Amino acid sequence: MTPQPLQERIAQAAAAGRALRLRGGGTKDFYGGEPRGEVLDVRGYRGIVSYEPTELVITARCGTPLAELEAELAGRGQCLPFEPPHFGEGATFGGCIAAGLSGPRRAAAGAVRDFVLGAKVIDGRGRLLSFGGQVMKNVAGYDVSRLMAGSLGTLGLIAEASLKVLPRPQHELTLRLELDEERALAAQNAWGAQPLPISASAWEAGALTLRLSGAESAVRAAARKLGGSELQAAAPFWDAVREHRALFFSGGEPLWRLSVASTAAPLALPGRQLIEWGGALRWLKSAAPAAMVREAAKRAGGHATLFRGGERSAGAFSPLDAVLLRLHRELKAAFDPAGILNPGRLYPEL
Amino acid sequence: MGAALPVVEKLLEFLPRRAVLHEEEDTRPYECDGLTAYRQVPMVVALPETEAQVQRVLQSCARMKVPVVPRGAGTGLSGGALPPGDGVLLSMAKFMRVLRVDAAARVAVVQPGVRNAAISEHAAPLGLYYAPDPSSQIACTIGGNVSENSGGVHCLKYGLTVHNVLRVKGFAITGEPLELGSEALDSPGYDLLALAIGSEGMLMVVTEVTVKLLPKPQCARVIMASFDDVEKAGEAVAAVIGAGIIPAGLEMMDQPATRAVEQFVGAGYDLDAAAILLCESDGTQEEVDEEIARMEAVLSRAGAARMRVSRDEGERLRFWSGRKAAFPAVGRISPDYYCMDGTIPRKRLGEVLRFIAAMEKKYGLRCPNVFHAGDGNLHPLILFDANDAEQLHRTELFAAEVLEKCVEVGGTITGEHGVGVEKINQMCVQFQPDALELFFALKRAFDPLGLLNPGKAVPTLARCAEYGRMHVHGGKLPHPELPRF
Repeated sequence: MTPQPLQERIAQAAAAGRALRLRGGGTKDFYGGEPRGEVLDVRGYRGIVSYEPTELVITARCGTPLAELEAELAGRGQCLPFEPPHFGEGATFGGCIAAGLSGPRRAAAGAVRDFVLGAKVIDGRGRLLSFGGQVMKNVAGYDVSRLMAGSLGTLGLIAEASLKVLPRPQHELTLRLELDEERALAAQNAWGAQPLPISASAWEAGALTLRLSGAESAVRAAARKLGGSELQAAAPFWDAVREHRALFFSGGEPLWRLSVASTAAPLALPGRQLIEWGGALRWLKSAAPAAMVREAAKRAGGHATLFRGGERSAGAFSPLDAVLLRLHRELKAAFDPAGILNPGRLYPEL
Repeated sequence: MGAALPVVEKLLEFLPRRAVLHEEEDTRPYECDGLTAYRQVPMVVALPETEAQVQRVLQSCARMKVPVVPRGAGTGLSGGALPPGDGVLLSMAKFMRVLRVDAAARVAVVQPGVRNAAISEHAAPLGLYYAPDPSSQIACTIGGNVSENSGGVHCLKYGLTVHNVLRVKGFAITGEPLELGSEALDSPGYDLLALAIGSEGMLMVVTEVTVKLLPKPQCARVIMASFDDVEKAGEAVAAVIGAGIIPAGLEMMDQPATRAVEQFVGAGYDLDAAAILLCESDGTQEEVDEEIARMEAVLSRAGAARMRVSRDEGERLRFWSGRKAAFPAVGRISPDYYCMDGTIPRKRLGEVLRFIAAMEKKYGLRCPNVFHAGDGNLHPLILFDANDAEQLHRTELFAAEVLEKCVEVGGTITGEHGVGVEKINQMCVQFQPDALELFFALKRAFDPLGLLNPGKAVPTLARCAEYGRMHVHGGKLPHPELPRF
C-alpha cells in the first residue's frame, strides 16, 4: 500500500487551487468550522504498519479504524492512554490525531499530542515528509509530528503516525461521592497534590464520580481514604462520558467545551455543567451568548470552544491574538501554500 | 572593538554598563557550552535582568540585523549555545526568581535561569516536585531544558520537558511578546508550545516558564540486577515492559562503565557482571512492594545472575549515584570523553552494541556505554585525548558512524541533548531535503531574517550536499538530486 494516490490528489488540487476536505469516518464533521471542499476520503489507506508491545509503540496508517487499533492493543493488554472519544462507529486513527481530542484519562495520563512519536505527513504540495520516529526520545529537528495533533488537517494529511502506548491499568474501581460543585472542585485540587491514583473524574448535579486505576493494593487503599460508595460495572458510565452519550449531553442547547485552570471557581453561566479532568474541563449545555461564554473561560485562565450545535460560522474556537494569528497564517502557508487543506476548519482565516 | 561598537552603544542605551560585556577577558568565559570542543568568543555578551530589557535587546538586534544566541547555564552538550562571533550572546543567567509555587494548582511559575533542581527544592515543602531530571539537574536551567526538551532517568514514566511544561512566555526575535500554553490543559489553535519546546532557541527567547508539579511519591525502591551478557540484559528490559510494568527508572550500564564509576563513587556495583540494570519502582508503599516483587520475578526469569533490592533510601541513592556520576567518572579515567546521544528501538540494542564494539577496534578507542534502557536512549562515551588532533578526528568519525547506525536501525541521532552544532551533519542523514526545507519555512515564520541562534539544529541543503560528498555509503550519494559544488 502506498500513499502515492493521496499525494497525487493533493498535488492536483494544489495546482488547480481546489479546496480539499480531508475525511476519515466523518465522525467529527460537527467539530470546528464547517467542512468544505471536495472530499478526500482516506479510509482506503489503512492498516497497522507495526506494533511491538515491548517497545510500547504502534504505527498505523491514517484510515485504520480506531476501534480496530484499540482492539489490537487490548489483545496485548495495552491501550491508548489518552482514551480518545470516537463519536461514532467509523472513527479513524488519523482523524483521532488530527482532531486532537482526549477523553477522561487526559488529566492523569496526558493528551494525544503527548503520545505522538512521529508522523508521515503529506503537505499541501503533495510531498510526503517524515518527522519524529518510533522512539520515545527524539529531539532531532522541530517537533512537527506533535504539531499535527489538533491541527484539524489544515497543515497536512497525516498519512501514518506512531504513538506511544501503555499497559492497561491492572485494576480499576469507581467511587461516587455526594459533593456540591465548589466542594468537589476544592477536594479534587487538594487530592491532586497527593499521590492518589485518580484516573478520571466527572461531576454533575451534586455527584462526583471518580475512577481509580493502578496496582490493586494502591487502588484499594485510596478508595478507603476517599470514602463514598463504589459504583459497580462502571465501564459503561465512563464510555458514556467519553462518547457524549450520557444524559447530560442530550437536549437542543449548544454544547460548549471550556478548558480552564483546574482551580478556577465555579463558572457563573446559565445552563447545565458537567466537569471532568479534576476541574480543568467544563462542559456547558447553554444558549448563553458566545461572548459571555468565552469571557468566562478567559477569566478562568483558559478558552472556550463551541463544540457541538449552535452557530459555528463565526468560528468554533476562541480567537487568537494578532501575533499568534500571524504565526498561524505563516505556518499554514509554509505547509500548504495554496491554502487547499481543510480551509476554515480551524479558523476562518486559515 | 570594531564591529562591536555600534552594538555595544545601542545596548548601553537601556542596559547598565555591567550588563554589556565586550572586552575579551569578560567574553572569553562564554566561548563554549558543555561541548568544549567547539569554541567561539562572542562579539558581545548581554545580561539583561528584566523582560523589557530582553525585548529591547531583541528589537535592537533585529533592527541592526545582528545575530542573537540565547544561553542558560551553558551545560548543553551539543553546542546549542555556541556564541556568534559577529553577534550577541544573550545570557539569561540573571532570571533566577521563582515567581509562584501554587500547591492547589500544582504549578510553579519560574524565570528561565532557575536551575532544574531548584524547582523541586522550592516545591518540596508542599510535597510536590518537578519530574524531569537530566543528570545535570543541579546546574542546568529550566530555560535550557525548554530549549532542548530535556529528559532524564525517569522519563519513561514521567515524560520529557514537553510533557511537564504548561506555558512559556517570551519574545520573538522582533520583540513581539509570545505566550504559548496556559494553566488550562490545552490552548486553541496549533500546539505552538510543543513546537517551541525542543526548538533549541531558534524560534523564541523564553522569559517565563510554568511547569507542572507532581506529588512526590511516598516511597521508591530500586533493584540492581546483574547479567552475564549485555543482550540478555536488553531482553530483560523488554520482558519487564512486556509484563505490563512501567518502571519509574530503567537504566543499563555495561561493564566498562560500571568499573569506571565504581572506583569513583563506590556504589556497590557488581563488577563481574557484563551489564547491570537499575530498575526502580515508586508510589505508595503497597504499590512499590507489589511492583518490586513482580519485577524481581520477571528479571529472574529473564536470567538475572544476581539481584539486590535497596533496603532504605540511603542505599537507593547509592545505587543511583553511580549512574548519575557516570559522565564525571569516565572523565577521570580518560583525559577527555565524547558523549553520544542516539536513541534506538530497544530490540536493536544487541546489534548496536556489537557495532559499537567493532568501531572500538576500527578506531582504536575505548567506549563504555550507559543506556536509558527504558526509552532506548543510548549514551556511548568515547574516550580520547583532545590534545591529540588525530585522536579527536578519529573520535568524530567514530561518533558519526554510531549516530548513522542509530538512524539505520530506525532510531534518531539525538534523544535529549539536541543537535546544536555537533550533530548538524547527521541531520542530513536523518531527514530528507523536503523535510529540511519545511524546517526552514517554519523557522522563517518566527524569525524571517534568521537571526536567532543561526546555523544550529537544521543544516542547509548546501551543507548536506557537502557532507554527502564526504560520506558515501555503498557507492551511493545521499540526495543525488542536489547540485554539487
